[in-house]
Amino acid sequence: MADETTSKDQPKPPESKPAAEKPAAPPAAKAAAAPSAKPAGPTPQPWESEMVAKFKARFGSGIREASTYVGQNYMVVDGSIVYEALQLLREDEGFDYCVDITAVHYPKREEQFDLVWILYSFPRNERIRVKTLLKDGASVPSVVAIWSTANWLEREVFDMFGIGFDGHPDLKRILLPDGWKGHPLRKDYPILQQDTEWVKINLGIESGQ
Amino acid sequence: MTDSTKSGFYQETAGPDQTFLDANELVLNMGPQHPSTHGVLRVILRLDGEKVLGTECVIGYLHRGVEKIAENRTYTMFNPYVDRMDYVAAVSNGLGYCLAVEKLLNIEAPPRAAYIRVVLTELNRMASHQLWLGTHALDIGAMTPLFYTFRDREEILKIYEKYCGARLTTHAFRIGGTLYETYDGFEQDVNNFVKFVTPKIGEYEELLTTNRIWVERTKGVGVLSGKDCIDFGVTGPVLRAGGVKWDLRKAQPYSMYDKFDFEIPTGENGDTFDRYIVRIAEMRQSLRIIDQAVNSIPAGPIMAKVPKVMKPAVGEVYVSIEAPKGELGYFVVSDGSTQPYRVRVRPPSFVNLQALDKMVRGALVADVVAVIGTLDIVLGEVDR
Repeated sequence: MADETTSKDQPKPPESKPAAEKPAAPPAAKAAAAPSAKPAGPTPQPWESEMVAKFKARFGSGIREASTYVGQNYMVVDGSIVYEALQLLREDEGFDYCVDITAVHYPKREEQFDLVWILYSFPRNERIRVKTLLKDGASVPSVVAIWSTANWLEREVFDMFGIGFDGHPDLKRILLPDGWKGHPLRKDYPILQQDTEWVKINLGIESGQ
Repeated sequence: MTDSTKSGFYQETAGPDQTFLDANELVLNMGPQHPSTHGVLRVILRLDGEKVLGTECVIGYLHRGVEKIAENRTYTMFNPYVDRMDYVAAVSNGLGYCLAVEKLLNIEAPPRAAYIRVVLTELNRMASHQLWLGTHALDIGAMTPLFYTFRDREEILKIYEKYCGARLTTHAFRIGGTLYETYDGFEQDVNNFVKFVTPKIGEYEELLTTNRIWVERTKGVGVLSGKDCIDFGVTGPVLRAGGVKWDLRKAQPYSMYDKFDFEIPTGENGDTFDRYIVRIAEMRQSLRIIDQAVNSIPAGPIMAKVPKVMKPAVGEVYVSIEAPKGELGYFVVSDGSTQPYRVRVRPPSFVNLQALDKMVRGALVADVVAVIGTLDIVLGEVDR
């Protein structure tokens, strides 16, 4: 179903001047907030810390990128080591709270999905994001064994994007009905689309609109 | 019949051979239209008599595809939609969204706007907790607190109505600040409200805190320790009742919360009673913040310089705030166009509800009602 991405993709013109837009909005009172020195027209800066160095030493090229954007740190890691990296973050680095798991769909890329784990550490009062890039149809190991909260969050990602999580105890749809076809947050799923067959059978009406 | 005697529950009450009930497991549906589920939540209970062996939540009845809608609206157009998620704390939702887009645009609301935001958001926390207390007590069987809390919550809604014309889904804030200047007598109204409601919190406590039925129905019920809370990602008053002193307003201050003096109330046992005490204490702390903020609103503009057509630079941010129910986060991805490429809402109710199963295992059916109430979920936010 994701093969039709190019034809049905919602037209979203690529940005023409992302950087030129920025200087138009230099606010009067911005000095206080910017947590680190990232002025207008922000671009990701390399994120250097002890932890990143440790991870790079251990995983080598498995850590594809470690950056800071507007004061927020994130790491892009390879799908093959993502479970190990997350486990290490939980057990050795104290990221004991998995805030959120979500995904972003880029239909034009070969690796269509960004899968994002947002983590927070109570001892360090620090928040990071771990990202991995996935092909359509690929799956990642489930992290329910690391953080119990991942259970519903992974189910939601599965429901909305159709990304599989290996080893999830009960991977099924959560917000949409079990028999629904399609994954609505993919970009090739137009906003008005619905599973008309499901609606007809289960609601007894022609259309939900 | 003989098999059923093996289940421990009946063995205690009837001898091994004289059980009078068939104690096979019973599957019972609670909801989706049950009054104590606070909306359309369906809980499938697996029961052994009165004892809960396990639960499964069926959610999604209120799913409107808020995140999908966001991708098809401009940043400004999506702003009112967030009010419809947690509709009893609409102002908090709006604050979180505005802060996230402001971060993406690399602007910040001027101090005056930030102070007005704090006043309205804390009033909202108060209103949310009052609504929670009234309905939670009603679920457990105490009807009176509902009338007390709704009477007082009305005063907050009146202030909202005078400020922006709406009472519930207020759309009070705009990206870059606030649209409306405070009306004449706003400070006076808020000060009067603080004066009016301070003794009223004592009244709620008089009704409940030492009420024997209340204490017996809530003490030791639905225990969730701080460690479990963290494992389940549970935040807000539930986490604090488990003894973890963590509040985003202190841990990672936003919107000038670091300027105000307030405390983080915590509990010890992580049971339903502690969560009640924590929320009552939070109402008092909110009043403290409102009192400080409303009397020191600085002069100045209420809107930062925001481009008419918002086109944030390519990038992604995650911004979260301490909503009345826990950590409310927005993960916003920009592709440089006028519409967000993706908006992910990290809803506290959704994540907190997941802990329900853990909290009610081994408890009685009536406790399930108490625990759903104490989690303070709003189904509009669970389902989005």
